[in-house]
Amino acid sequence: MPFQRWQVWITILRISIQERIIYRGDFMLGTLMRFLPIVTQIFLWGAVFSALPSQDGAPGRIVGYSYHDVVAYYLLTMLSRAFSSMPGLASGITRDIRDGTIKRFIVQPIGLLEYLFFYRVAHKLVYHAVAIVPFAVVFYLCRGFFKETPQGLEWVAYVASLILAFLLGFFLEATLGLLGFWFLEVSSFLFIYMLLSFFFSGHMFPIDMLPEPMASLVKLIPLQYLAYFPAAVFLGKIRGTALVTGLAIQAAWVVVFAFLAQLALRQGLRRYSGFGG
Amino acid sequence: MHQLVRHLIIFATFARNSLIRDMTFRANFLIEFISSLSWVFMNLGFYILIFQYTPSLGQDTGWGKYEFFVFTGTALMINSLAGMLFMTNADNFGELIRRGGLDFLLVKPIDTQFLVSLQRVDWSSSGNLLVGLGLTLYSLKCLGTWPSAVTAILYVFYGLCGVVILYSLMFLLAATSVWLGRNETLFDFWFYIVSFGRYPMEIYQGRFGHPFRWFFTFIVPVLIAINVPARFLVEPLRPRSFSDWLLPLFTILATAAAFAICRGVFQLALRSYRSASS
Repeated sequence: MPFQRWQVWITILRISIQERIIYRGDFMLGTLMRFLPIVTQIFLWGAVFSALPSQDGAPGRIVGYSYHDVVAYYLLTMLSRAFSSMPGLASGITRDIRDGTIKRFIVQPIGLLEYLFFYRVAHKLVYHAVAIVPFAVVFYLCRGFFKETPQGLEWVAYVASLILAFLLGFFLEATLGLLGFWFLEVSSFLFIYMLLSFFFSGHMFPIDMLPEPMASLVKLIPLQYLAYFPAAVFLGKIRGTALVTGLAIQAAWVVVFAFLAQLALRQGLRRYSGFGG
Repeated sequence: MHQLVRHLIIFATFARNSLIRDMTFRANFLIEFISSLSWVFMNLGFYILIFQYTPSLGQDTGWGKYEFFVFTGTALMINSLAGMLFMTNADNFGELIRRGGLDFLLVKPIDTQFLVSLQRVDWSSSGNLLVGLGLTLYSLKCLGTWPSAVTAILYVFYGLCGVVILYSLMFLLAATSVWLGRNETLFDFWFYIVSFGRYPMEIYQGRFGHPFRWFFTFIVPVLIAINVPARFLVEPLRPRSFSDWLLPLFTILATAAAFAICRGVFQLALRSYRSASS
């Protein structure tokens, strides 16, 4: 029976969507609640900026960000994270390695990475279909903070950076999870990763705020593309050639981690000894 | 008096048992200890960064770098005390109801709320407590203002009031699991609400800030839990208005009210408990 590859993919997608849709109520409430910290952030930054000396009559700025920019930035990183965060991906992979569930991908005519990928795509599609309601409400209420919006082609660049952020998040976490072939327990790696990405992906503040040489160093590692980069593109902080090279580097990191994930899977399966049932 | 001593002895036994339990899984304890500390240091890093750019939080509020760090140290101590003593227990309460384990606690000859609230002490949060203490002392040293004995006593007293307020909110939410069956989202809710109180109340300003501040001071008193004790040490504002003088008095009232409401709802919840499975 000529069962096409894409039919497999669509089947995974369909089943995963049905699975995710069961918990929609709890999930909508949970998403809305995750916006609560914004309230404190808006007031905190308001207080920070109100104490700044004005620059030539204009309100003070921090590394080029006005008060409105910083709040808009914070909201936009939440959107970036909605694309790039992969809850449970890496820990799920190591658990499968440890308890032996991963064996089914050796015998079944379907790759582990492609299965996980389409499972994630389904997860994100459902997530966005539901989360668009709370996101829309919050962004509408905060519309006054968005003084800068992308123009023309910048929209294309922004959407591209979000999609690349999703891909990067997926392959990066998959690679971390696949380290489980060597270490069995990777929760301490994951913890370090989470901690670093919390600080250096720009989730809490624009990474331009970091002192040198830390700022330059942080821009060399791929974490910024998970949250900072798409938000900065939206706010027009990165334009022209810098934007094009930025997108190219982001895409390059995706390719690097896609390759590393494949490599880790191949090498890992070679030394895998099939524990558990 | 006899009752109080008895409860203290029982609590000491709980604390000792929890410590033994934690020490049995020492590596796990160490990981939890370090990971909760790391979050604290991440947040401190963020605050240090903010003060690289601004002299104070808000204009003329008096919350400069070290004043704010006294505040943050206080917040850390109060939050970690509440977390250390009550968090695991509140978490466990839902489980006790779902599985019917509460039956065994109800028959014990001691107050059930006491037993449910204090059975386990989470020693791995003790690191945060120490960091909070260290940060407060260090910041006071940088400011060069040491509190008098009376101020120190008032600080500790109001700090404990803060812990009681946080406890009351937590168990008010936990008690609802008798009716709701599960309470995970409610805990997120507690965490988010309490995190409003992690900043000086002066930051809540303007058209939305004032009603917000009013609500979280007088209706859900999370802002006073940390603001009132911290003010005794740094007092960034000389009491400017009548209401500033009233706030500490109100805190005593609010603490008593919060505890009474929590107690009432908890008793009501116990009466609605219908056991399960056992």
